[in-house]
Amino acid sequence: MTKWLEEHTPKLVLAPSFIAILVFVYGFIAWTAWVSLTRSRLLPRYEIEGFIQYERLFDSPRWDTALNNLFIFGLLFILIAMFLGLILAILLDQNIRTEGAIRTIYLYPMALSMIVTGTAWKWILNPGLGIEAMVRSWGFEDFTFDWLVNPEMAIYTVVLAAIWQSSGFVMALFLAGLRSVDGEIIKAAQVDGIPTWRVYTAIIIPSMAPIFLSAFIVLSHLAIKSFDLVIALTGGGPGYATDLPATYMYAMAFSRGDIGQAASSAMIMMMVVFAIVVPYLYSELRSKDG
Amino acid sequence: MKNFVLGATSSIAILASTVAFAGPEAEVLHWWTSGGEAKSVAVLQEEFAANGGTWTDMPVAGGGGDAAMTALRARVLSGNAPAAVQLKGPAIQEWYEEGVLADISSVAEANNWAEVLPASIAGHMMCEGTWCAAPVNVHRVDWIWANADVLEANGIEMPSTWDEFNAAAEKLQAAGVIPLAHGGQAWQDATVFEAVALGILGPDGFRKAFVDLDMDTLKSDEMKAVFDQMRTMRGYVDDNFSGRDWNLATAMVMNGEAAFQIMGDWAKGEFLAAGKAPGEDFLCASTPGDGFLYNVDSFAMFAVEGDDKRAGQELLAELVVGPNFQKVFNLNKGSIPARTDVPLDEFDSCAVLSSEDMAASSDGGSLLPSYAHGMALRGAQSGAITDVVTAHFNSDMSSDEAVQMLADAVANSM
Repeated sequence: MTKWLEEHTPKLVLAPSFIAILVFVYGFIAWTAWVSLTRSRLLPRYEIEGFIQYERLFDSPRWDTALNNLFIFGLLFILIAMFLGLILAILLDQNIRTEGAIRTIYLYPMALSMIVTGTAWKWILNPGLGIEAMVRSWGFEDFTFDWLVNPEMAIYTVVLAAIWQSSGFVMALFLAGLRSVDGEIIKAAQVDGIPTWRVYTAIIIPSMAPIFLSAFIVLSHLAIKSFDLVIALTGGGPGYATDLPATYMYAMAFSRGDIGQAASSAMIMMMVVFAIVVPYLYSELRSKDG
Repeated sequence: MKNFVLGATSSIAILASTVAFAGPEAEVLHWWTSGGEAKSVAVLQEEFAANGGTWTDMPVAGGGGDAAMTALRARVLSGNAPAAVQLKGPAIQEWYEEGVLADISSVAEANNWAEVLPASIAGHMMCEGTWCAAPVNVHRVDWIWANADVLEANGIEMPSTWDEFNAAAEKLQAAGVIPLAHGGQAWQDATVFEAVALGILGPDGFRKAFVDLDMDTLKSDEMKAVFDQMRTMRGYVDDNFSGRDWNLATAMVMNGEAAFQIMGDWAKGEFLAAGKAPGEDFLCASTPGDGFLYNVDSFAMFAVEGDDKRAGQELLAELVVGPNFQKVFNLNKGSIPARTDVPLDEFDSCAVLSSEDMAASSDGGSLLPSYAHGMALRGAQSGAITDVVTAHFNSDMSSDEAVQMLADAVANSM
């Protein structure tokens, strides 16, 4: 009996969470996939009708805007946040005296919820209250900074706020990576008289490849599921100029009683996530085997 | 989740069934949770209790009713719907088609609803010939509000055509006043759009476009003219309008920063709450053109089990349409009674005007449902139209493009 328990305790302990994940994650993914193939409106229906919801989805100009925005937002957000995070980390890595305090300052935005970030930036960027009004009150009457209310530029304000929120976190990731590089190699390079920037570009940064990958994965899933920031900052507007797939899905499911559309957009979002995560998992698993 | 809800609610049901008939009881799902609205619901609660009923309040605030609808879905799917739910417009029939609404025709017939309600509003309360909902109030949507002092200072009358409105707006702009206070949220864009559409298309055109979704009307030259007028009006709005809440726009009219606002009569509540008097400090008029766009709140009655619950539901329906509640509730909320036989002595001049217009347009066949407030169309279709309206208003899209997009979006939403 005790032997049986010894053998099976881990399985028994893990079973509840395993079942919960099986039902609540994979079960509901399957449910959503099923509903996305039906003509569900207000309540879910279960007669399969084919790919009608996906056809409607890709005929909708609003969904086009949402996908484009995801592309613009995701790309700029990930690249700039990683670039800024790396620069900050390298600057902090120069053995400066107040590192602890500065690190905390840069990390603090991460402690705020996206709603707070969005609301604060909404006021900062509002032409009548924020930066534009302030600079004009200094006497520059022609100064314009109206990105928030300009449909062409509004999505970049979302990028701006998201970068402000996340680059400190990326900095912390990279700082840990920089510290994990073997000091002996760096000292050897310095003895050989190699300039510092070459030490970084040729030795330290290449050896941090896994950190880049984790930062990329964390930021890209933040980008894809972004919802609260847009709601707080622009409310999806002006018009629907800053809609993202997540806000589109919310509008369809909860405001318009169009569950089929919501399910199909959710499936597309999941496919985008898979397109990023699966290659990562694949490379992780393969390197363990090898 | 579903099973959990089912389990939890059925155990409650077992507990409840051990209690003997305890008089009429009703559970009411609504999202009237803010100041004046909450006060209005309390009136109904008191009246319900005075008639021996037990009221179970289920207020779900948030998201303009989205949160309440999510709660309703969960309740209906678990087979335990509340007795009455704040629902309106075609959503009532949409729920009826899911087979979950009750028939309250006996109450309606005993209280002569067909006589006291305007025909087109009564139509919303019926599901395939039986009564399934009770109307609470009538909000008029096509109002234009104005600051009386600003108009007087600039020598402007309330406009009775859109050309007059444009002329007045040019004059105001030259005088350094913002002509139109507006908030750049999709539903506000849609509210202005439908007021313009009613004026330019006329009541028949409006019905064809936004009730029947007639493709020829949606693509017509008149519809292009509607979008042209929207483009003109975009120029009368200040640069800072994106995302502004409607009550802030109302405040701009109140303090003279702006001259006009196009908004439903809930804006009147803001004026009155600030101590402004209709006719003196602010003016109200219907937007240029014939017709009356209504936004009617109502309680849909869901099928419930048990005599006490059914008795509660019927009592609730009777009280909601009763003259006393219709008067007190609408005095609190700023709307007008849905029944036409309530004396209006205690109402303000804007409400009296609204009520007279409703009676006249009901006789003339121009009493029309508001599309922007979910009275004319189902969520998917009205949402598709709003997407186009707000995209046009917030960009430099041409009217030709907008009309084409409108037709495509409506077709795609079916």
